Amino acid sequence: MSAINISALAVGEALPERSHTATNVSLFLYNAIIWNPHRIHYDETYTTQVEKHPGVVIDGPLQGDWLNQVVLNWMGDNGTLTQFNYSNRRAAYLGETLTSGGVITAVDTVAGTVDLEIFIKNEKGDIITPGAAQVRFS
Amino acid sequence: MSELISAEAKSWIGRSGEPQRVEINRSDIIKYAIATEQRQAKYLKGEEAPPMFMFGALRPLVPMDELGPDGISVDKFLPELPLKRVMAGGTEMKFHRSIHPGDVLCATRSLSDIYEKQGGTGPLIFVVYDLRVETEAGELVMEERQTRILR
Repeated sequence: MSAINISALAVGEALPERSHTATNVSLFLYNAIIWNPHRIHYDETYTTQVEKHPGVVIDGPLQGDWLNQVVLNWMGDNGTLTQFNYSNRRAAYLGETLTSGGVITAVDTVAGTVDLEIFIKNEKGDIITPGAAQVRFS
Repeated sequence: MSELISAEAKSWIGRSGEPQRVEINRSDIIKYAIATEQRQAKYLKGEEAPPMFMFGALRPLVPMDELGPDGISVDKFLPELPLKRVMAGGTEMKFHRSIHPGDVLCATRSLSDIYEKQGGTGPLIFVVYDLRVETEAGELVMEERQTRILR
């Protein structure tokens, strides 16, 4: 990765988007490593019949991780993620392709910080997981 | 004015849970990095933990017979409240220092607020938890504020 020149950044500039398509395998591995046995992430019959979801649920915190990766993969070697927040507003289900992205909302060249608004949207274009982050550049 | 939250429940505000000690190891970081589709070598090689790694590292480790039929364990760090359906609210994180294999971290969760609001479809109770992760030497690593919404 290369370094980012903060004085060349402008409010409104978009970060590269990325798509994520969870699979049964990827959800199994994620829930295994975070030690989450909740059946809505791997047991389709239980999920639809007992908890009444339309399908296996893509973890909210997994979307949170994809969300902060928008920033990590953009900020270059001289950036440090100092703050990050998100909230899961709407569920997403196995089979959906989600898109992550973001935009610069503030640049402070004196403090060396950049504020970003970041999002995960579904195929309809609805933002299902909004968030924000702050990066400090050295 | 609080109609739904009892004085007993309010008395939980300010309480802290048992501190949790976690040893960070490389293979857990690598597994987490693969499962979350990280792109950077430092995460995929397990040299540094991705920002949300601690979310998984701090999940409860309870015996099988404490897991319900849905697969999850009941969080005992919650007072008796009249609303039962729990939804995730927001999560806010502040990062002070990166996490590496070999780090021994200490995490403490405290219940910092309980309040109610009238939502569009009925009353809601908000429960706010603050998590503080430090090194064994007491250096602050990260802070997290998590809100749960009960309806």
